[in-house]
Amino acid sequence: MRKTSTLERVRLFGRAGLDVLATLGRSTVFLLRALFGRGSSGNSLQLLIKQLYSVGVMSLAIIVVSGVFIGMVLSLQGFSILAKYGSEQAVGQMVALTLLRELGPVVTALLFAGRAGSALTAEIGNMKSTEQLSSLAMIGVDPLKYIVAPRLWAGFISMPLLAMIFSVVGIWGGAMVAVDWLGVYEGSFWANMQSSVAFREDVLNGVIKSLVFAFVVTWIAVFQGYDCEPTSEGISRATTRTVVYASLAVLGLDFILTALMFGDF
Amino acid sequence: MSAENKYAVELKGVSFQRGDRAIFNNVDIRIPRGKVTAIMGPSGCGKTTLLRLIGAQLKPSRGEVWVNGLNLPKLSRAELFDMRKQMGVLFQSGALFTDLDVFENVAFPLRVHTQLPDEMIRDIVLMKLQAVGLRGALDLMPDELSGGMKRRVALARAIALDPQILMYDEPFVGQDPIAMGVLVRLIRLLNDALGITSIVVSHDLAETASIADYLYVVGDTQVLGQGTPEELMNSENPRVRQFMQGTPDGPVPFHFPAANYRDDLLGER
Repeated sequence: MRKTSTLERVRLFGRAGLDVLATLGRSTVFLLRALFGRGSSGNSLQLLIKQLYSVGVMSLAIIVVSGVFIGMVLSLQGFSILAKYGSEQAVGQMVALTLLRELGPVVTALLFAGRAGSALTAEIGNMKSTEQLSSLAMIGVDPLKYIVAPRLWAGFISMPLLAMIFSVVGIWGGAMVAVDWLGVYEGSFWANMQSSVAFREDVLNGVIKSLVFAFVVTWIAVFQGYDCEPTSEGISRATTRTVVYASLAVLGLDFILTALMFGDF
Repeated sequence: MSAENKYAVELKGVSFQRGDRAIFNNVDIRIPRGKVTAIMGPSGCGKTTLLRLIGAQLKPSRGEVWVNGLNLPKLSRAELFDMRKQMGVLFQSGALFTDLDVFENVAFPLRVHTQLPDEMIRDIVLMKLQAVGLRGALDLMPDELSGGMKRRVALARAIALDPQILMYDEPFVGQDPIAMGVLVRLIRLLNDALGITSIVVSHDLAETASIADYLYVVGDTQVLGQGTPEELMNSENPRVRQFMQGTPDGPVPFHFPAANYRDDLLGER
């Protein structure tokens, strides 16, 4: 095996840095062309509705089931901790705030990246490897407008809605465990929640977070599919990259957004 | 007839590089209007790249690509998509849209580029499918078709908008003798009946030579020879002769360039 000199390592490091910058540039041009480029894609509304179904509606099951279970677990854990301090009546407020501020947007984005993001990458990558994208281009239809744009908009629209559904069913799951199973008084469960959850501070900030995550996750997913090497191995690598990059981006951005929204700077 | 009208496609001094490797170096190719022109050469010599240059899916590193009086590298993205309505391409895999059935695949270019009523689109699609012999398969999905049928449906889709230029990327690869015979006949028939310009990229010598009016042999970044099939069969150029006669010995080496065999076997690991 060939030894790598220090100078060679520096060169490889620099090369990798330049590659990252080039990819960032390519992905930005790709996004701007898809969203704001000229040219028609035929019946845009019909294409968008089709994608809203496959990206949004088809993700509903995993979001609802996960939301219910996470709400139930939150309620159980919250109850056992709060009961030590005699504050089990506050479990409703804890479940609601945790879901609306953090877990709703973040877990939805992570599940969305795994379910819809990977599917978007694999679908577009497969279209590329079977020359369907080239074929569209040669028919005179811009694949960025016909294939990419509807998927981007479907992701932007559906993920915040999915995050809201996640939070709602999570709260419902939490209420079921706390009120029906653990015997927390129903009136204080809901009243505490109502008095402590602020619309702007908690609900709106959660929606803003999920909008940002929707933008980043969908962008990563469609770009990875469009930019992948058109082979089976290339598509599988791109799909993995989508889940890894999107998850890391969501967790990193969540910290920044939380610091900006709730940090006292 | 002026030079501009005589040639549907002209490549002038075109060079193209992929990374550090030159695929074409200062190549001139002229495709006569209304004829079947074949571009031939050994596998990996850049024939498909040439089609992608003519379709402006790739930009040359140097030179001009003229199609119907337009210099493609100078066109904007929107102008390019507009220009491509004059072209049809039959891809090697067929490249049918897998979520649409045969009818909708062929109707696709008509739906996105015209405002024709559904009844008229239906009639046109049936005529195109009849031309390729697959009118009875209009309800089938692409995964229910054989390889040869896929290519014929793709051909019907490529001619849906009555293009002026039709390009075929390796149309005979992986076809059984019957499907190949059908395709050979269709390419010639469509060219003559519709008066279009056909460009066939292939390395299948016998089939291509049987329908081509004019041949280019490319290889080693250059145009090695050009002429009618008869002229090229009797070419003095040893590279062209080796390709046309399919002989293993000649100037085109069997081995990819490599270090000395003995050194590789006995040298340092």
